[in-house]
Amino acid sequence: MTLSVTAPSAATHQMADAWRRQISLRRLYTVLGVGLLLAAMFASMWFADEANAGHFFDRLPHILDFLSWLIPKDWNDVWRALFDIASPHDTGTQEFNFPLGRVYVWGGFYIPEYFELMLTTVNVALVSTFIGFIFAVPFSFIAARNLTPHPVLRLVVKRFMELLRAFPEIVIAGLFAAIVSTGPIAAIIAIGLHSIGALGKLFYEINENIDMRAEEGLRAVGANWFERVRFADLPQVLPNFMSYTLLRVEINVRASTIIGAVGGGGIGEELKLSISRGFGAKTLALVLLLFTTIFIIDQFSAWLRRKLVGEQAFLMGA
Amino acid sequence: MATMTADEIRLIEERYPQVFRRPTYKRFAPLFLFVGILLYLIYALWFFSLPQVLRESHWERLPLFLTQWVSYDLQPEFRLDQPEITPKYPRFSALGENPNPDWVIKNADGTFSVLIDGPDKSVTFDKTKATIVANGETVPVSLTGGKPVISGPVPDWITAHDDEVVAKMGFAGEVRVTVDRVKVRKRFLGWANFVFDTRSPFFGKSASEVVSLIVSGPELKPGTSNLALAGDNIWNNAQWQHGDVWTKLLQTIVMAFLGTLLGGIVAFPLAFFAARNITPNGLLSQVLKRFFDFMRSVDMLIWALFFTRAFGPGPLAGSAAIFFTEIGTLGKTYSESLENIDDKPREGIKSTGANGLLVQRYGVMPEVIPIFISQTLYQWESNTRGATIIGAVGAGGIGLKLWEAMRTNSNWANVFYMVLLTLAVVFIFDNISNFLRRRLSRTIHDYNRIQAEQN
Repeated sequence: MTLSVTAPSAATHQMADAWRRQISLRRLYTVLGVGLLLAAMFASMWFADEANAGHFFDRLPHILDFLSWLIPKDWNDVWRALFDIASPHDTGTQEFNFPLGRVYVWGGFYIPEYFELMLTTVNVALVSTFIGFIFAVPFSFIAARNLTPHPVLRLVVKRFMELLRAFPEIVIAGLFAAIVSTGPIAAIIAIGLHSIGALGKLFYEINENIDMRAEEGLRAVGANWFERVRFADLPQVLPNFMSYTLLRVEINVRASTIIGAVGGGGIGEELKLSISRGFGAKTLALVLLLFTTIFIIDQFSAWLRRKLVGEQAFLMGA
Repeated sequence: MATMTADEIRLIEERYPQVFRRPTYKRFAPLFLFVGILLYLIYALWFFSLPQVLRESHWERLPLFLTQWVSYDLQPEFRLDQPEITPKYPRFSALGENPNPDWVIKNADGTFSVLIDGPDKSVTFDKTKATIVANGETVPVSLTGGKPVISGPVPDWITAHDDEVVAKMGFAGEVRVTVDRVKVRKRFLGWANFVFDTRSPFFGKSASEVVSLIVSGPELKPGTSNLALAGDNIWNNAQWQHGDVWTKLLQTIVMAFLGTLLGGIVAFPLAFFAARNITPNGLLSQVLKRFFDFMRSVDMLIWALFFTRAFGPGPLAGSAAIFFTEIGTLGKTYSESLENIDDKPREGIKSTGANGLLVQRYGVMPEVIPIFISQTLYQWESNTRGATIIGAVGAGGIGLKLWEAMRTNSNWANVFYMVLLTLAVVFIFDNISNFLRRRLSRTIHDYNRIQAEQN
């Protein structure tokens, strides 16, 4: 085989030039975009630093100081704190004291205070996810473009869910704390309402992508809206719904910890107190407990989701 | 429709055993799930002692709070045991220092009239008697006998206590009468003094007056232009604290932006080492993946509390908390998308003899960058929402301000103002992020389409 080399024609040159111009223009835009982003980033850093109580470079040498209070005098105190066992170092202060105390289940078997608090947090997350699921499912069928019983209803439900999603959880928690007293119930209402909006949105996006043939089949035999949704649409989307609900459980455990820290009860509140007072052993015990719980819930939910919908559940990630 | 014979039914059953002859545990799975959830809910009912909490809750407060979101009230008090009856307003009342509202009338015969909702809902009184008018009824109250006495029947909108008569007039307000004072609460729709507070020289002036003062009026405060003065008065409005609220709002936005961006920058290179198909070293990949899990599982709250202690309260702590959590979240999502890429472009680049870095640059990045940006935008969006909450534990931003307005001052109008601003911010940023992601997904979509065509 012989290679014949001919000189590039004028048209080829023109094309190459145009291409080069296009590339350099694109490069310019990229550089400008990245430059703008970096400028915004440094401006933000400066602003955040300026507004903060302690400044970054002043505090940086002391950043590891917290380790000094975090490291307990006696490492065994971490286990004692975790399982609510009296410490020999007890000086009568809050540092080694557990005001709520153990919850005895039967005989000598008890749930230590911190496990009970963790249980509260997890229960808040589960119940609020359940509330979210129960309301989001019907809403999502109303809000889906292809399944909605009425376009006006669809718009109303969609806007309502948008509002629920965007409304700051902390305000709902605060409002209901004034009505049903501070504690887990206010947190459940706040996170539950938010979950309705968040799950509803994901659900109706799934609904809009379903295979409409089953629906058409049921329509042909004269099924009403409810029957079509129940027998044609729900079976298609249920695994995906479950998968997103499990993802929501993970998010809600975190949300319930945070709402807890601002008065919603549960482990968040205890952790905030413990860190702000500098109780090393207690803090470590709480962080360990929270970390392990979240880790287990994440892994379990990931396993279950993989079983439900396969690898598809992980393309978008959290 | 033709009826199926038993044989036909049996045939169908045999053809689809996976539908008709499922194992017992599968057949009853929905039932078990349902019963399980039901049992759990009963347990939760007991765990949170819901019936008791609901019994002790104050649902009557809800409409009250909600009306306070969009209204304010004025509460003049009239002492009857002084030589002369004069209206007194609480300190910092929305009317300013010299209130003389037109709904408090001093009549020619020495009595006072307070119009709560025009003459139809009003109270007229002197030292000996008060006349309450509402709902088409006129109720005289005698104040001479040492305690307030209603002559005639007591309508149901009036509660007569031993020493006090309380007349509720719905949204408009209420009147409380004792022998030595008359207390009125009159409710107005809207937000009081939203622009200028009572200390401002512009207070109580109409919009056109303010404009003409700014444009051509004499300097109200020598040495400052009226425009600057007006701006300063609005920014430092004592009641609404516009300046503080907007600064805190900006802090929230900055926290989400900075945390997500820095998280993305750090997670980007790490994700390449965590992806199994790019880094053949299994140990390194495992270590990094567990590191991402760790950063995610140590929860934003814990990071926020730690950094608040390290840097002091403020947006720096919040940004750092979001940053650390995002390393985990973005690292995980990035590495997962890297593991899902098409390997052919990489092989093509590799076959030209390019070194490792160039293979990533030209074989991997064009495919994943749009996906990465899309994922980062998604996180940015959700962090803008999340930043409000972690603010409340001291990590800067509007969260703490919201919390204080609710829990310490019960200032629901201020809360609503901040909620509206937060909603606007979330709405705007959602739309920006959605717009950008839609543009990007078109790029991703085009790429996939071209790939499919070539196959």
